Amino acid sequence: MDAIAVAGLEKRYPKGVRALDGVTFSVRGGEVFGLLGPNGAGKSTTVRVLATLTRPDGGRAHVAGHDVLREPAAVRRSIGYVPQQSGLDREATGRENLALQGRMHGLGGPGLGRRVEELLDLLGLADAADRIVRTYSGGMKRRLDIALGLVHRPAVLFLDEPTTGLDPEARVLMWGELERLAVEGDLTILLTTHYLEEADRLADRLAIVSRGKVVVEGTPEELKQGLRGDSVTVELGDGRAADAEAVVRSLAVVHGATLDGRVLRTRVEDGGTAVPGILSALEGRGIPVASVTVSRPSLDDVYLHYTGRDFRREDEEGA
Amino acid sequence: MTEAVAHSWFMLGRNVRNLLRQPIWIVTILTTPLVWLLLYSQLFRRVVELPGFDTASYVQFLTPGVVVMTAFFTGTWNGMSMINDLDRGVVERFLATPARRSALILGHVAQCAVIAIVEAVIVLGIAYALGARIDAGLVGWVVVLGAAALVAASFAGISQGLALLTRREESMIAVANATALPLMFLSSILIAPELMPGWMRDVATFNPVNWGVVAAREVVGPATSWGTVGIHLALLLAFTAATAAFGTFAFRAYRRTL
Repeated sequence: MDAIAVAGLEKRYPKGVRALDGVTFSVRGGEVFGLLGPNGAGKSTTVRVLATLTRPDGGRAHVAGHDVLREPAAVRRSIGYVPQQSGLDREATGRENLALQGRMHGLGGPGLGRRVEELLDLLGLADAADRIVRTYSGGMKRRLDIALGLVHRPAVLFLDEPTTGLDPEARVLMWGELERLAVEGDLTILLTTHYLEEADRLADRLAIVSRGKVVVEGTPEELKQGLRGDSVTVELGDGRAADAEAVVRSLAVVHGATLDGRVLRTRVEDGGTAVPGILSALEGRGIPVASVTVSRPSLDDVYLHYTGRDFRREDEEGA
Repeated sequence: MTEAVAHSWFMLGRNVRNLLRQPIWIVTILTTPLVWLLLYSQLFRRVVELPGFDTASYVQFLTPGVVVMTAFFTGTWNGMSMINDLDRGVVERFLATPARRSALILGHVAQCAVIAIVEAVIVLGIAYALGARIDAGLVGWVVVLGAAALVAASFAGISQGLALLTRREESMIAVANATALPLMFLSSILIAPELMPGWMRDVATFNPVNWGVVAAREVVGPATSWGTVGIHLALLLAFTAATAAFGTFAFRAYRRTL
């Protein structure tokens, strides 16, 4: 049975904002599933519905076998929810935060004490356990957030933008932590992210969300392989760049090209054989080339392919 | 039921602990009632010379009033703690757990009652040093502390409800400022009811703050009418239940907007 099953989820906010417009996907038990999309795509709203915080206007959702609308209490017992905004008690220590969260889940006595120790160790917070959370770094707070979500050994863990707001170094450390969590036990993890590399690295499978809808669902590899061919990125040197796009488009091996400043991105059948042709065509028209890179399609390309829109531009607009 | 009590108890523990970690609040809680008691008792010292006071000591008269007034102000501002929890995502974090919804409010309301009792003990201690006595003895102390706790808890319920409906500090401050002083002056906190204009005395009979003052003053004075004490405490109890219901209603309204 699927750990999470979502079908046709709809949510409208007052003022007519359609946050969810028929979101559908399913997550198998034990997998790490990513909801990838730009800011404002509806990822957080989806997770909030699954965590019983927000009531949808339409559609159905089951988490760990329980209907989020009809059995919210059972859902809450089965899930850990790590919201984007942490909600820690800043005046309390890490240990105190964990203990209170555990008590609200019905834990107590020596069992609770042992579980708290276990989590402090698991997330590398043992040394900071008795410090006030106000003194924690951003990465430490985030790890404590995750520990809170795990205190009652949930079947499903929701991580809403787990690395947003962390500096790049802390983000990479957090990826390591999350990878370790994912292999422990049979925890199912649903994470939302607007970082393409994060989804690529962490998710076993993912759904790309755009404007309240899932546009495509699959493993990162499947999605990228679904796009035939390679990407050839040409950085143009000083000089004429304007007609570079038209020049390469006229080549038979090139399926598509976009020029962004001095960076020319082309989609070709096979990178290795296409590069010489592209280079000589550009040189022939007197357009200097600074560098050439051949790469497999990235999730950027997948997003562009399925939505016809540029991920980063949409992400900035939605923020 | 028992789970709701347990969860409220955990939240009370959390709230008290968080308060104790912020020394500025402890200083405020400890000194504010002192300032009221000392300033008022000195400023209006000779007011007892007017006919209508049945005591020669204004401190004796003022003490139950200041106890209840302090509790009332504490209750009025209680919603700020909820605004804080809303802003910091604490409420949402607990909403995704089996935590009882009522406990999220009652934990704050109960904390307010605890603070009011601590403040009352301080006021009574200072008043004792200044010569005031509770004539009804130990039972009298219990009544005064009970009245303080109920006044604080009832206004905390209203304050929590307003916090959940407005969700803005500015709105809370505006409402608290606009209601606190009128309710304080429409009571016999500072002056004997016999000296109040008739219409004010009439309004005061419907003022929950005044119910607390009447009950507390009754046990401080020499001839305690236990019937009067009982009626006013019962009124306060009913009012507290009503405001707790309002707070819970506001919480449901808040959750529907998520």
